[in-house]
Amino acid sequence: MDNIAGTRPALTWVTNISVILLVIIWLVPTIGLLVSSFRDRDQIGISAWWTAPFPVVQNFAAKANVDAVEERDGMFVIAGNIFAEGGNETGTIAAFGGRRADPTGSAPGDTAELTRDRTLTMQVNGDYVYMSPKEIKRAPSVYFASETPPEFSLDNYKEILTSQGMDRAFINTLTVTIPATIIPILIAAFAAYALAWMEFPGRWLLIALIVGLLVVPLQLALVPMLQFHNKVGIGQSYLGIWLAHTGFGLPLAIYLLRNYMVGLPRDIIESAKVDGATDFQVFTKIVLPLSFPALASFAIFQFLWTWNDLLVAKVFLPSNSESWVMTVKIADDLLGSRGGDWGILAAAAFISIAVPLIVFFTMQRYLVRGLLAGSVK
Amino acid sequence: MSPMMQGIITVIVGVGGCVGYFFLSNLILDKVIFPPKPGDKGRNINRAEMVRPWLFLFPALSALTLYLIYPVIGSFWRSLHNRSGNEFIGFDNYTTMFADSAFQTAFFNNFMWILVVPAGATFLGLLVAQLTDQLKWGNIAKSLIFMPMAISFVGASLIWRFVYANNPDIGIINAMRDFAGLAPVDVLQIPFWNNFFLMVILIWIQTGFAMVILSAALRGIPEETVEAAIIDGANPLQVFFKIKVPQIMGTVVVVWTTITILVLKVFDIVYAMTGGNFETDILPSYMMNFMFRDDGRATAVAFVIMIIVLPVMIWNIRQARKEMR
Repeated sequence: MDNIAGTRPALTWVTNISVILLVIIWLVPTIGLLVSSFRDRDQIGISAWWTAPFPVVQNFAAKANVDAVEERDGMFVIAGNIFAEGGNETGTIAAFGGRRADPTGSAPGDTAELTRDRTLTMQVNGDYVYMSPKEIKRAPSVYFASETPPEFSLDNYKEILTSQGMDRAFINTLTVTIPATIIPILIAAFAAYALAWMEFPGRWLLIALIVGLLVVPLQLALVPMLQFHNKVGIGQSYLGIWLAHTGFGLPLAIYLLRNYMVGLPRDIIESAKVDGATDFQVFTKIVLPLSFPALASFAIFQFLWTWNDLLVAKVFLPSNSESWVMTVKIADDLLGSRGGDWGILAAAAFISIAVPLIVFFTMQRYLVRGLLAGSVK
Repeated sequence: MSPMMQGIITVIVGVGGCVGYFFLSNLILDKVIFPPKPGDKGRNINRAEMVRPWLFLFPALSALTLYLIYPVIGSFWRSLHNRSGNEFIGFDNYTTMFADSAFQTAFFNNFMWILVVPAGATFLGLLVAQLTDQLKWGNIAKSLIFMPMAISFVGASLIWRFVYANNPDIGIINAMRDFAGLAPVDVLQIPFWNNFFLMVILIWIQTGFAMVILSAALRGIPEETVEAAIIDGANPLQVFFKIKVPQIMGTVVVVWTTITILVLKVFDIVYAMTGGNFETDILPSYMMNFMFRDDGRATAVAFVIMIIVLPVMIWNIRQARKEMR
């Protein structure tokens, strides 16, 4: 409807700008996470991620090397390089000072006048000269602001995957997700076919039941089903969570697939039956292949839902760290023990959302179709 | 056996089992139980046709009964028992719960969530749908706003922890406050208002869902109605609110109720952001406080959620029946 009479060019501009704004608002949080996950962990807390491409200015306090003091023309002099002495810090001096009250008052190359006629000179590369007319007994304090270039690396990812056990959690999530996505599809497809194309008493009642079950809160099932699993010997295990996800996913699966199958052309199915095909053959040879789009959209739903699930995993999987899935790992472990370690958290979050995002962007068509079939009708 | 292997075997056994079940049960029905013998061929085929739907439905129905129907009764029954489950205490769990101030807070907060989140997400979704439909790059914009749907609630919570962080060098909110010369605050600890900061996360996720469905509905509006209104001199706002919105009201209601149901299920956001502290509990997260500790109390909370969902469930079923006729 973009070339309808009465659209005004001024309005198009307003529309463009407001949509751009909305998209930016929507993306900023995620971009922040992504940028942070590649940044050096020390830099995250000091400079904002939106300034990440620029050098970081950081203030330091150090002690001049009192062992290197030597007497020159009646002055006591310490000369050295603040970066070399400070260990692994590198960078360029942005400003310096010799007093706590004024730590960054002098520009590199200048000479700062200090108390008791002492002076301090510092160069951009960190070379400094500290002079005093009297003997220097205690190591004098030196303050400086150094500029470190922006650092991007995969260190956070390496750390989270190798020493934090996220690799294990990733595999666990995959282990939960794949069977929990595949198994309900088949069961639901048969049921959906029966509800769509077979005549039998009670059919409408069953469809109404499915529609009702769509909204039953999952919370109700937690306690009784865990008890049941314990009683029959499944306990908290992968088998248990596969069964649980299958059960919880079925109403939507049946509903989506039935809605789709009802819309298939009646002639095809009836002429196949006239030609002597059994229901089983009609289902496997005609309906199932034709329903591929609906099967794909449910598969994506179920995949995203099981991959992203926290509640079912917390209840139906054992609570030891070997069987944590990624969501549990982040929510119960990392947020607690590494709560302030933003680089690690960002990397962990990004690992957990990467696969759903790939699935989402490659299969969006099916997802949208499924959403429409599931809600509009 | 490694869980991964176990998973692969489960897929094979599960899929093979399903296919085998359906194939064999149909075969047995046709060849053994009601074979089309010459004498009563027609009668046997009819009989087989009466049984077959139930063969198709059996696995799904038994799973549904076990995992969704039985729990409604099982949870209710369990909620009438004490902590260890061996003593019948009637509605004591409910009376203690209603008297608990933490429950009242959670109930009130949940009520606010139900008011704010569906309204916010539906409104924004409608806005985005209407705006993007007029743009050439509208599909890209839609796809980007839809993206949070793929992100887990836990992942989304983490993303927003960065936004809300106390340190002005991490959190955008506090960076803005810093820019304006204000001291940083932890927005998640401001009583009452912190709830809204949590709701923003769910709105951020659900707007895409609302947008997709409402955008399809907007496209389904007959163009004549819009054109007629424009010829009659209606301005764009009038066209939108008086012509388009009334025509998609049914879809708006569906989106609204779907998000409402979701609000009653999502415990992840509160759990990962505040752990229910600072008076941010909602019913699903309040329930998790009792899970594994006092199943009687936990099931009582779950049943309260069920009762809140019930009107929507009944309405949905009536809608579905209307469409079938």
